[in-house]
Amino acid sequence: MSAVTTTRRAPFLTAYAVAVFAFIYLPIVVLIAYSFNRDGVGGFPPRHFTLHWYERLFADGAIWNAVLNSLLVAAASVALALTLGLLAALALDRASFPGKALFRRLVLLPLILPGIITGLSLLMFVVFVGAPLSLLTVFFGHGTALISVATTELFAGLQKLDRKQEEASLDLGATPWQTFWRITLPNLKLSLIAAGLLIFTLSMDEIAVTFFLIGRDNTLPMEIWGRLRQGITPEINAISTLIFMVSVALISIWYRLRARTLRDAS
Amino acid sequence: MYSRAYKAIVALPPLLWVGIFLMLPYALMFVHSFWLVRDGFIVHQWNLGNYAALFTRPVYLQVLMRTMRIAGSVTLFSLLLGYPLAYYLSFHSGVRKEFLYQLVIVPLWVSYLVRGYAWKTVLGSDGVLNGFLQYAHITHAPVGFLLYSPFAVVLMLTHIYTPFVFLPIYAALETIPRPLIEASQDLGATPAKTFFRVILPLSMPGLLAGATFAFVLSLGDFLAPLLVGGASGTMIANVVQSLFGAAYDWPLGAAVSVCILLLTLTSLFATETLEKRWSFKQMS
Amino acid sequence: MERGQGRAVNASAPNSPGTLDAPASAGSTLLEVRSVGKQFGAATVLKNISLNIAAGEFLTLLGESGSGKTTLLRLIAGFEAPTSGEIWMSGQRLDTLPPFRRPVNTVFQHYALFPHLNVRENVAYGLRAKATPAGEISSRVDEALDMVKMRNFADARPAKLSGGQQQRIALARALVNRPQLLLLDEPLSALDANLRKQMQSELKSLQREIGTTFLFVTHDQEEAMALSDRIALLRGGALEQIASPREIYARPATAYAAQFIGQTNLLRAEVRGGFAVCGALRWPTSRRDGLAVFSLRPEDIALAHANNPPAAGAATFRGTIRQQLYGGASETLEVTCVENQALRVRIRAAQSAAQPLQGEYDFYFDPANAIRVAD
Repeated sequence: MSAVTTTRRAPFLTAYAVAVFAFIYLPIVVLIAYSFNRDGVGGFPPRHFTLHWYERLFADGAIWNAVLNSLLVAAASVALALTLGLLAALALDRASFPGKALFRRLVLLPLILPGIITGLSLLMFVVFVGAPLSLLTVFFGHGTALISVATTELFAGLQKLDRKQEEASLDLGATPWQTFWRITLPNLKLSLIAAGLLIFTLSMDEIAVTFFLIGRDNTLPMEIWGRLRQGITPEINAISTLIFMVSVALISIWYRLRARTLRDAS
Repeated sequence: MYSRAYKAIVALPPLLWVGIFLMLPYALMFVHSFWLVRDGFIVHQWNLGNYAALFTRPVYLQVLMRTMRIAGSVTLFSLLLGYPLAYYLSFHSGVRKEFLYQLVIVPLWVSYLVRGYAWKTVLGSDGVLNGFLQYAHITHAPVGFLLYSPFAVVLMLTHIYTPFVFLPIYAALETIPRPLIEASQDLGATPAKTFFRVILPLSMPGLLAGATFAFVLSLGDFLAPLLVGGASGTMIANVVQSLFGAAYDWPLGAAVSVCILLLTLTSLFATETLEKRWSFKQMS
Repeated sequence: MERGQGRAVNASAPNSPGTLDAPASAGSTLLEVRSVGKQFGAATVLKNISLNIAAGEFLTLLGESGSGKTTLLRLIAGFEAPTSGEIWMSGQRLDTLPPFRRPVNTVFQHYALFPHLNVRENVAYGLRAKATPAGEISSRVDEALDMVKMRNFADARPAKLSGGQQQRIALARALVNRPQLLLLDEPLSALDANLRKQMQSELKSLQREIGTTFLFVTHDQEEAMALSDRIALLRGGALEQIASPREIYARPATAYAAQFIGQTNLLRAEVRGGFAVCGALRWPTSRRDGLAVFSLRPEDIALAHANNPPAAGAATFRGTIRQQLYGGASETLEVTCVENQALRVRIRAAQSAAQPLQGEYDFYFDPANAIRVAD
């Protein structure tokens, strides 16, 4: 039974909402449209349709090297962040220890601090330790910064867990270690996958921290950034369009997973 | 239920990692801000010279003021766009609500760089917008200020952060029990009065969260100015970036970073205090 | 007797000088629901309902979930619009007005108190919305809080109050506006049993005292009977019967009404030559020949024994007592007659710890208590 407020028409608000949606999507639509434009990135309207830029993109070795690098870093970051994030989430959810409130704040810091501060601090650390800049340092930066994201997501997932299941397991004779593997973890499966997807995406797109920790091998965002310094070509539109498509696919999966965790918890 | 060993195993690894690889770096940054550069080398001589420089050299204050203005504008515009959108979705979207919600968060997942680049292509003198304006005979020459200006930075960041601002506001609006709105109207308040007396106050926590997010992240952004800001659109984070790069003065850069940090923490603290005032235990 | 016609019961108390205004001339019609229907998409929730509410009366909409009672309430409050028909109040069209312009206030099922305002501000909300002067707001709020005995909690936040206390505040918040009609949407359903009984009593005396017309919605027939001047029984979106509690109990119009309110034995009888026959029961009736359904309440059947012979003119029958369910003041006997006909009989519980009743007994009842009901 809907209340009067929801069934009533609101023409101005609807028009405004449409305008906001247009504002959000227009640049992306333009981007995709011009990736097929023969005459380059400017001017209006786009005239000649071509797949030429995509062909150039697929032949571009440097880009695909960068994609590979990004994938490696992202995969490793997911592993690191999820492991430590899970432990931190468990600690916050179940253990009480001195300085817990402080710990919670500290873990969340990279989320709210501008990326440049985290990036530069890590750079100082790397220099202090005397290590060279490389993909390893990039992985370091991503993994560490993204622990915050993992902790937040997994903490939320733990809160929705039915504690009685674990109690039942212990009551039936399983040790806490067994309980963790047989009960807790499987129940967290959806949360883990959702968090993993999120961290993966954030790592693939990461620039601020990467900017200062990058060595000779580029990640995809840094490779694109380098190209931008040289000038705009629709090839960048093409890779951007592909990134957009992949993002949409990933978010659909993530969204369905989230919906399922909410449904299972109720 | 959880033994000490369990708690230790669970709490120690992340504590140690975060302590060594996060806290230590932040501490290093903090410590560097008190040191000096002499003849191209960093000298560990403790002094407050860097902080003094911030207040005495006008260029830094100028950039800082501009940054705050930009961050403030971005926050304001994101709220002006994000709040009505959230309101529309929560109260007027009917069956399409889920779909529209997904539509709003999709751009969040699209690369920051991609979106920034998109604006670059749209706003330039040879860009799409200018092309369209000339094609439609609205203008006859390219409009210059669209790109490489504070305007472009505000535009781009508003575009980035409107969905971010939308999320907590939408979540807050969804938790408002609909009977409260019916009760308000039942008691004689018009829809407008109902909005200002019931809906807005109850959505405040979400509004504050979104606004803080937009403000704090805009404050420390250095990529948007590099993409679309040009010379007139540099922000304080770019100053830090150059001090760590070509200008090679790490201690001064660290000092500026610490200032950004302080500004961020102040904003967060202010919001938290305000939020405490505005959050009300909802009754089931 | 055909389907019971509801006649407005004269309002019990004449316009007593209560602390709040009472509507003029208690007894006249305040609200008219004229052939109202409501559809949600393909589902018809209300079918052509017509009823009048008299000024000053306590009318209850009674029914199961899905009967349409809450929908009818919401139509009168203004949160939905009728698909067909009209609603009039005091000679003015009501259903075309938005809720904030109707002289009607609602007490919601879960109270809907504003969590960000304290008790005083909650109660004052409606007065503030109509730009009442501050001094008047203050005195009227105090008045309303006194009426529900919550004056001491004026500065508290709703979240700190118990369910019963919140309910009183919700009541005060609605009544302070002196509405012509107060709607109550199952306000007591969230309270536990004892508190509920207490609130029922308070609600009834409050209504008597201030004389405001109450329209009460509930699914609890005991509650409806205890509180109401009249009950409107709804079933599947249609009005089954509207009458005073005594009348609806003694003369239910339909089998559904007979079973929903109180307990009954439904007898599907064949009438021939002035006598109705249903299994082992046979009694004289003035009905025409044919099939008919009768309602016979368990307490109208008596157990015949040496000290209690059947009265003159009573219809008798024989049955075996299968079960005895003790209930304190009374006992319910589950009786089986010939051909497995099952009946319920309620008798006064034996004073002494008598032996359990076993075996066959004679029972009797006054034929006038076998009420014919529509199927």
